[in-house]
Amino acid sequence: MVPLSWYLIFSAALFSIGLFGVLSRRNAVAILLGVELMLNSVNVNLAAFWRYGNVTDLAGQVFAIIVFAVAAAEVSVGLALVISVYRKRKTVIADDIDMLKF
Amino acid sequence: MTTETLIWLIPLPPVLAFFLIVLFTNRNKALSHTIAVGAALLSWIGSMVVFVRAVGVEHLGEHPFESSVNWLPLADSWFRIGILVDPLTAVTLFFVAWTVLMIFIYSIGYHNFGQPEGDHNHKGLPPHGATIEEHGHKHVVPSVEPMYSRFFAFIGLFAFGMFTLVVSDNLLTMFVGWEIMGLCSYLLIGFWYAKPSARDAAVKAFMTTRVGDVFMLLGIVYLYSVTGTLSFREIFTETTLHTLATIPSGVLGFSTAGMIGLLLFIGTVGKSAQFPLHVWLPDAMEGPTPVSAMIHAATMVSAGVYAAIRMFPLLSLDSQTMSIVAFIGAFTALFAATIALAQNDIKRVLAFSTISQLGYMIAALGIGAYVAAVFHLITHAFFKALLFLGSGSVIHGMEHGVLHTGNHKVDPQDMFNMGGLKNKMPITFWTFLIGGFALSGFPLITAGFWSKDEILADAFAHNLPVFITLAVAAFLTAFYTMRQITLTFLGEPRTAEAEHAQETKWTMTTPLIILSVFAIGYGWVGIPEHFPLLGGLIPNWIHEFVGGTLAEHPEALDFNIVPLLTSLVVALGGLGLGYLFYRNVNSAAEDKLQIGFLKNKYYIDEIYDVLLIKPVTWFADKVVYQIMDKGFIDGILHLFGPGTQRIGTSIRNYFDLPVINRFFGDGSANATYWSGVKLRVLQTGRIQQYLMFALILFLAIGAVLYFFVLA
Repeated sequence: MVPLSWYLIFSAALFSIGLFGVLSRRNAVAILLGVELMLNSVNVNLAAFWRYGNVTDLAGQVFAIIVFAVAAAEVSVGLALVISVYRKRKTVIADDIDMLKF
Repeated sequence: MTTETLIWLIPLPPVLAFFLIVLFTNRNKALSHTIAVGAALLSWIGSMVVFVRAVGVEHLGEHPFESSVNWLPLADSWFRIGILVDPLTAVTLFFVAWTVLMIFIYSIGYHNFGQPEGDHNHKGLPPHGATIEEHGHKHVVPSVEPMYSRFFAFIGLFAFGMFTLVVSDNLLTMFVGWEIMGLCSYLLIGFWYAKPSARDAAVKAFMTTRVGDVFMLLGIVYLYSVTGTLSFREIFTETTLHTLATIPSGVLGFSTAGMIGLLLFIGTVGKSAQFPLHVWLPDAMEGPTPVSAMIHAATMVSAGVYAAIRMFPLLSLDSQTMSIVAFIGAFTALFAATIALAQNDIKRVLAFSTISQLGYMIAALGIGAYVAAVFHLITHAFFKALLFLGSGSVIHGMEHGVLHTGNHKVDPQDMFNMGGLKNKMPITFWTFLIGGFALSGFPLITAGFWSKDEILADAFAHNLPVFITLAVAAFLTAFYTMRQITLTFLGEPRTAEAEHAQETKWTMTTPLIILSVFAIGYGWVGIPEHFPLLGGLIPNWIHEFVGGTLAEHPEALDFNIVPLLTSLVVALGGLGLGYLFYRNVNSAAEDKLQIGFLKNKYYIDEIYDVLLIKPVTWFADKVVYQIMDKGFIDGILHLFGPGTQRIGTSIRNYFDLPVINRFFGDGSANATYWSGVKLRVLQTGRIQQYLMFALILFLAIGAVLYFFVLA
């Protein structure tokens, strides 16, 4: 098998790319894509630790499934919010949605 | 009821009357005088019972009625006060009770009870007439005194003071009674307070007697500091008196006893109007006549002599003090008699006569004639009260005439406006005559003769200069008394007002009659044993009874014809000459005795004004008021006041406003505001920026934690 660290580095890299996307993309939907990427990197991490740890303990797999579910729910809610904001503000650029400033 | 309890109760009814009248019955004249006269009657009954019981006791002086209670707690014992009735007290109670009762009854009539209210009563002025319709035409009648109840309240308080003084067994309560009477004297002389002359006279009386009272208080304090007691029975013991007589006081060669006696005697000089503190008594005639009778003839001035008599065992220890006492007494007797010759106001003559007679008593005391002094005190109270009440009756009669004629410029008290009142006011005339004869010492049938003769006899035996002085004074007394009687009652009425005078009511004439009985009869209890013909028929009760007060019973004098002849000559001579000189004198211009310095009382008032009053007033104004009070004390206050204010203002301006208000208060507010202004820039509302901050901070804290805490 490949060493565990390859998977972890891979997961970290994916997480960083996702984080970069969240912080720098203009479009709100693209930010949500970044969030998805971070969640998926977490799943890779979880699966790696499960495979290279105790394989009889299903906790790792279960946690990964839960993360999937949560990601799905969160994306749907997020997109619903973005659509709602678009209808009001006619824009999806995150920088323009600054109603909560002072 | 035991005698002691009764004695405790004697002073009580008049003071109760005072409080009742002042608090409740002021508006009801009849109720007020009933309460007052009832109280005087109760005290009279008590005094008479005590007197009768006292007379029945053998050697009362050795075991008098006494009772005392603890009053002031001292360090390890008590100061006791109480009552004491020895022979001196008993005879004093007798005359005080009688005269007080008579004067209370007289006051009802004097203040015109039962008459209508005046037409226009000015507050604080005597009443002057009410117009009534009678049988179709109007005439003015005397009106009732508007301050009627107030008068009875005051004389009630006064009677309380006198009874307290008489029955007390120690100097302190005696002094209390003394001062109460001083206060009532002030209130009663200034009874008609709207008259400036009355107000001034009241202040003068109080101030002058105060001078005497201060010295008396010094004497009392001195006595207490030396002996530790103020109770008479304890002071007049052999050992105490011996101690006092032998310790020198350090002043002018007086022994302690002499010094104390002198200081106490000065109190008597003030209260009994002896020279030089006599100036208040003539002015005190501003008060209503019952006041003059009671306070200034029968009781208050007698209290001064009573006090001196009471302290006789102390006074007699020092010959210097006794000489001073005798001198002042004799001098005053002559001095006042000379002034009385030139007075035209009926009451002034009697005022100076009182001063003179008190001088007699004090001279008697000074030469050691204890019993004679007491005897004269008693008889004088009776006949002087009689004379004053009689003069009040005369004045009332004259005022009736004044109201009748309507001429208010006529002074109803000026003897030269009177005359012929013998027929208009017979009862007043006869009683006044009896009183005047008693004063002059008319032989045998008047009380004044016996008491005055006793003093002259003692003076002849012990002290010739005093004898001569008193004899001359007796002659002058008889002379001015007859002058007074002649001008007032005999001859023809000199004015229309005298023409219309009429006799006064029974409430006024009855006391006159009763007092004249005493003025005649009281002398017969003191007939000396060796008197030609009459001596020995009636025992000399006064000598036996009153003499028992002293530790050593005084000896009766051997009889000597010289003083008896002298007193007969001066009395009858003075009376006769007075009648002869004055029966044809009709006005002040014809009176040869209207000499300036006699009429003006030797200008003593003016001398006192220049020597004492003006400097004291100047001192009070310039030094005490301007310099000490306004300058010094107010100056200190002005220092404190503005100073404190300045401190306060500077604290406000230099600390409160800049530091507390601006720095802390406004400062914190501004700081918060500006920090808000500056920091709110962070809140852009852009979520990516928030996330960026969160990430950076997370990494920073994580680094700190990893490297510093967990390493």
